[in-house]
Amino acid sequence: MSDFLAGVKAAAAVAAEHVDDVDRAARFPVEAIEALKDAKALSALADGVPFADVAQACLVLGRSCSAAGMVFAMHQIEVACLLSTEDWPWAKGYLADLSREQRLIGSVTSEIGTGGDMGRSVSAVEPQDEGTCTLVKQAPTVSYGEYADDFLTTTRRGPDAEPGDQVAVMHLRDQTTMEKKGTWDPLGMRGTCSPGFVVTASFAPEQVHPTPYVTLGAETMVPVSHLLWGHLWVGIAIESFERAKKSVKTAGPGGVKAQKLSELHGRLSATRAQLAEGLNRWQREYAEPGRPALQTMGATLRHNVLKTSISTSISQITQGALEITGIAGFRNDSPLAIGRLLRDSLSASLMVSNDRLHETNANLLMVVKES
Amino acid sequence: MTDKILAVLAEHGRLPVSPDSLGDGDDLYAAGMTSHASISVMLGLEDAFDVEFPDRMLTREVFSSIASIRAALDELAEAA
Repeated sequence: MSDFLAGVKAAAAVAAEHVDDVDRAARFPVEAIEALKDAKALSALADGVPFADVAQACLVLGRSCSAAGMVFAMHQIEVACLLSTEDWPWAKGYLADLSREQRLIGSVTSEIGTGGDMGRSVSAVEPQDEGTCTLVKQAPTVSYGEYADDFLTTTRRGPDAEPGDQVAVMHLRDQTTMEKKGTWDPLGMRGTCSPGFVVTASFAPEQVHPTPYVTLGAETMVPVSHLLWGHLWVGIAIESFERAKKSVKTAGPGGVKAQKLSELHGRLSATRAQLAEGLNRWQREYAEPGRPALQTMGATLRHNVLKTSISTSISQITQGALEITGIAGFRNDSPLAIGRLLRDSLSASLMVSNDRLHETNANLLMVVKES
Repeated sequence: MTDKILAVLAEHGRLPVSPDSLGDGDDLYAAGMTSHASISVMLGLEDAFDVEFPDRMLTREVFSSIASIRAALDELAEAA
């Protein structure tokens, strides 16, 4: 095992120790994130750790504490965006700071007034007289908004730009004012602490990602999100499955529950295979000069369907595990408890709504040909 | 060919401006064409020109201007 994955495993053990309290109190998994910082895991991608290992880390964390896994996954998505181009001198300096200081990056992508469409923005980069720029964004949720050191925010390129003409801006905590809006008491993923905020930032023009967001999203942000979330979600499903297996072992082999377990295993295997295929294909296409395959609508369709189908499967697997564990899984005070895992798994189809993705895919299907 | 492209854009592009007012190389997305509308435009073009765009041509870039659409249709016509 690499040093990186060994460090993540140690952090996952810390996360597991505190997960019940994190979930009950809907509080940030501070111990797990500190342990990840101690292991230098936040700068993994910048330090040359293979993407597949970072994906595996999301799975490992997902088994212990979905919220810590989600914070880690989302942070790595932002790092992948910073690393997506050689042509951004400012990011190189920032990434050196990240390696040294293990800064946690949050993202501000959703916005009030866009109907949940990440491909459109209301807010805009506003150039100011003194050569700096500002932005003000009303975000309905900012994951770990109070705990992130810095932020990657999508916004329109300028005050006159169309809603779809977006850029991503990397702004630091001391350049940012966060005005919290509302409370945070969700069904699951409670430790991600993601209430709404009005985000106001003032930054240098060099902090704007040089790649238009439409390209950055298609090549990097969307596939990396769906792959890393997918791994974390599969971690939830594996943990549920393992608890179901324990319950069957205790009851003795054979019988209806053992058969159900086998069915669940089939579903879990298919989900993992789909995720592995998605990871390999994206890595291959990402390595091509100019990344032409990732510009196609076929790629958008594939990345969307990866998300909709894995997110749907994992809540089914987790629910199946509850049926197998029965009352022991239904109880929160049992080592076989499935409750938190099930509640966390239900977030998967909502964060970037599957309904919206299916609407997009239904449209794309009209032109994309099956090869 | 350009007239036929303009007619498809007028019918399916849902642009806030008349396609006739756009230059050959003007960015249709910057002019307000949404990605949703661009799919309708692709379908409209496949219909009007009786062609099928292969997957490698189904990119944002190819449908970003009248000129780039014409180039793609020319390429398909040559290959036919």
